[in-house]
Amino acid sequence: MIGARLRGIWDRFWGWLKPFWTALRSPSAYFSLGFLTLGGFIAGIIFWGGFNTAMEATNTEQFCTSCHEMHDNVFAELKTTIHYTNRSGVRAICSDCHVPHDWTDKMARKMQASKEVWGKIFGTISTREKFLDKRLELAKHEWARLKANDSLECRNCHQFDSMDLTRQSRRAAWIHQNYLGTGKNTCIDCHKGIAHQLPDMTGIPQGL
Amino acid sequence: MTAAVRRSAWPLLVAALLSACGSRHEETPRRAPSEPVVITGAGQQIDAIRRGVPIDREATPPLMARVENFDQRRPVNYEMQPPTIPHAIDNYQLTVNTNRCMLCHTASNAARFQAPPVSEAHYLTRDGAVLEQISPRRYFCVQCHVVQTDAPQLVPNGFRGLETATGETMK
Repeated sequence: MIGARLRGIWDRFWGWLKPFWTALRSPSAYFSLGFLTLGGFIAGIIFWGGFNTAMEATNTEQFCTSCHEMHDNVFAELKTTIHYTNRSGVRAICSDCHVPHDWTDKMARKMQASKEVWGKIFGTISTREKFLDKRLELAKHEWARLKANDSLECRNCHQFDSMDLTRQSRRAAWIHQNYLGTGKNTCIDCHKGIAHQLPDMTGIPQGL
Repeated sequence: MTAAVRRSAWPLLVAALLSACGSRHEETPRRAPSEPVVITGAGQQIDAIRRGVPIDREATPPLMARVENFDQRRPVNYEMQPPTIPHAIDNYQLTVNTNRCMLCHTASNAARFQAPPVSEAHYLTRDGAVLEQISPRRYFCVQCHVVQTDAPQLVPNGFRGLETATGETMK
C-alpha cells in the first residue's frame, strides 16, 4: 500500500528529472571543448570569489553589530575595554577573537553559526533579560572553544615569544613566565571576561 | 571631445568605479585644541569646580593622574589601615557576578600568584562564623583598598605615618 504510493511519487519525480539527467549525461552538441573548459574556469573563479567575498562580508564588525542583540549587549561592553580603545589605536573586531582565521576551521565555525541565525529568528536572546539568562551558557561555549584550541585567537596577535617581559609589571611577567611560558596554562584560563562582562562565575574555575 | 581625451578618460572611469567599490573611508576634519588658557596655580586650587578661575575664563584642566603600578607593598601609615593596592586594576570586574581581585588574593591561590592573601578576618561573618568564601561584607574590596596615583597634593600635608613616627616599619 505505502510501497505503491512511494513508487508513484518516485515515478513522478523521475519523470520530471529525467530530461535534465539525460541532457547532463550526453556529450555537448553545440559548445566547443574550449568554451566549456574556459567558461567553466572563469565561472569557477567568479563563484569562488563571490563565495569568499560573501564570507568576508559576514566577518565584518558592521555585519556582526547589525542586530540589536550584539549591538546593545556585547558590542556596547567591548567599547570600554582595551580591545576597543587604547593608547596606540590598534583594535580588535568581533571576528578577530570569535572566528578562526584558518579556512577549514572558519568554515566549521560559520556552519555552527547557522544556529545563531535560528536564535535570531526565534528571539532566543532578544531582550537584555533573556541575554543575561543565557550568557553563562554562551560564555561557556567560547571558553571551551578557546581552551580546546590553546587560545589560538588570542595568540594570533599576542605571541609569547614576542612579549617583552621587562616591559610588563613584575607580577604579570612572573605569572606569564611560569604558567604561560611553560605551557601549563593558556590565555583563557586567567583572562576570562577581558572584552565583555562576566556572567555569574560561581563554581567556574578562574585562574590556574 | 577628441579621441585622445576619450581614450584617456577610460582608465579614469575604471579607477573611479574601482574606488567606489571599496568601503568608503570618511575623514571627519578635527580641530586642533585651542590655545590653553594657563592661569598660574589654577590646577592646584582646592576649589575643585572652578579651580579659582574667573567665571568668564576657560582653564586648561590639569593632567589626569596615573595609577602607580610597581607591585611592591607599601608600608601602612597607621594600625589597622587597609593596605593600598600597589598595582593597576583597570577593567578588573568587581561585580555581583565575579570578583577579579580574589582570583589571586584568595587564600588558596595566593601562593601560586605570589599575592598577599586576604586576612582571615575577611572570611568571618559578623557573628564570627568562618566561611569558605570571602564574607559578603568584605566582598567589594575597593571600598577599603584603593590604588594610589601620582596626583600632586592639593594642600600641604604634614602627616607623619607610623614608619616615621616610631622609626620602625609596620608589618
